[in-house]
Amino acid sequence: MLIRPKAGILDPQGVAVERALPALGFAGVENVHVGRLVELDVQDPSQLQPMCERLLANPLVEDYEIILE
Amino acid sequence: MKFAVLQFPGSCDEVDALTAARRVGDAELVWHRERDLRGADAVIVPGGFSYGDYLRAGAIARFSPAMESVIEFAAAGGLVLGICNGFQVLCEARLLPGALLPNANLRFTCRQVELELVNARTPFTIACAERARLSIPAKHAWGRYYADADTLAALERHDQVVLRYAPGHNFNGSRNDIAGVCNAAGNVFGLMPHPEHAVEQLTGGSADGLCIFSSMALAAEGARA
Repeated sequence: MLIRPKAGILDPQGVAVERALPALGFAGVENVHVGRLVELDVQDPSQLQPMCERLLANPLVEDYEIILE
Repeated sequence: MKFAVLQFPGSCDEVDALTAARRVGDAELVWHRERDLRGADAVIVPGGFSYGDYLRAGAIARFSPAMESVIEFAAAGGLVLGICNGFQVLCEARLLPGALLPNANLRFTCRQVELELVNARTPFTIACAERARLSIPAKHAWGRYYADADTLAALERHDQVVLRYAPGHNFNGSRNDIAGVCNAAGNVFGLMPHPEHAVEQLTGGSADGLCIFSSMALAAEGARA
């Protein structure tokens, strides 16, 4: 599951990284957002969405994406 | 008047919360695995770093057995005060609207803040002077209050904004300078600064926090009478 700050909500981690990159010579970087990755093995993938809704993400302030492998 | 003060692994302000509550009544600790709130008239969810604040501050504590009892207690109209990490837990439990996000400057900050009392008619503020200015400590890294525009408008319209940071004191980037909010019913209140640390001039920089606890005692006794 990829969990990201919702668009439009100040993401100070993203801003800090965006400011740091040019200092290292990486030009032309914008819209940096820092989220988190939760990896797990699960028998029943239909549980993933309720897991995100109830615990892994806070839907008020975060979007999530489920990737099955 | 009896307070129950929750204690999670990682709580660190439960003893100050007990001490503050004992200025105005009886108080005892309730460990997070317990469901029995001991017939308390009010519950305090204290500050700290419950369950290490893993995932998001308050996210895991919200599912503890003690919190399940607190959710039922709040639904029945019981008084619930959440301080700092306790405020985060109450938002995660959806007992309060909105969420607490990392401070805009990404720093853990510990400082005395000036607060403006916006609503002195709640059970948590009736013993405070109308439009009081409170000087109490704040110490957190995740205190930026966020709610979407519709929720903020509803909070303002229904007088649910109880405390605001005074001009120049909103160090964490909270929307509308919000330092503390209550639910629509008015029986659940959360704030980031720490009234329980400000009950003695010598150690708290002021005793301004005491009026929050004496308000709760007054409200609970009124409800019982």
